[in-house]
Amino acid sequence: MDAILFLIFAAIALGCAINVVLQSHPISSALSLVGVMVALAVLYLLLGGPFIAAVQVIVYAGAIMVLFTFTIMLLNTGAESRPRRQALHTAIALPLVFSLAGLISYLAARQADSSSVVTFGGFTRGDPHTFGIALFTTYLLPFEVTSILILIAIVGAVVLAKKEI
Amino acid sequence: MLALPAQVPLSWYLILSAVLFATGAAGFLLRRNIITVFMCIELMLNAVNLSFVTFSHKLGKVDGHIFSFFVMVVAAAEAAVGLAIILTVFKNRATLEVDEISSMKL
Repeated sequence: MDAILFLIFAAIALGCAINVVLQSHPISSALSLVGVMVALAVLYLLLGGPFIAAVQVIVYAGAIMVLFTFTIMLLNTGAESRPRRQALHTAIALPLVFSLAGLISYLAARQADSSSVVTFGGFTRGDPHTFGIALFTTYLLPFEVTSILILIAIVGAVVLAKKEI
Repeated sequence: MLALPAQVPLSWYLILSAVLFATGAAGFLLRRNIITVFMCIELMLNAVNLSFVTFSHKLGKVDGHIFSFFVMVVAAAEAAVGLAIILTVFKNRATLEVDEISSMKL
């Protein structure tokens, strides 16, 4: 049952990811990316992370993708024009990317011993209680630094919106 | 018919993460619309998050979830600033093709 669920949602994530790259219109890419994120949220649930799955749907599929679709519709961009001299570009990039995927997959398959399996319910420390305690004790300093990062992002967005560049 | 294992090996999740990352990298290299390039970066961040959560399951600690939580926070800040930059670029140059925004000066 676990394997079937994994295969279904891995296939959805992979199909949507390839669709993100292949679609010529940005809005189709954005909607495919939402599909990837929701499928990954289900995989997080299978890995025993209900809190991170909820955050994935709320923050990523909700907030960030709304920002993307808002920008695409505000700019009203059309489909990407046909590439002019992209054959060489593609011929160099695709083998590199395939070898990257192959190399990482090979290393992952070799390093992970065959006895390590993912069982649903085998990991129960992903609940909000454990998560919150770790976030506010062990990771308190990174958490506070994050607030400065967000402040910088707010100021940067406001400055960029006002200034003529 | 291939026999399905009763439990999913850990490496399947890692391989899925690697393939998603490579897909994002391919989009980053091949696409020319700046918004799509930006979405491919988000795709790569998501692939790395999957690795973090997988290793969290393997090690039995919640730390990987916290790392992916921070990645999400950084991605949200990055999206806000990046999309503001894209809006400014479009306002000044009226194009979103990365090939045509290659010079720093107008």
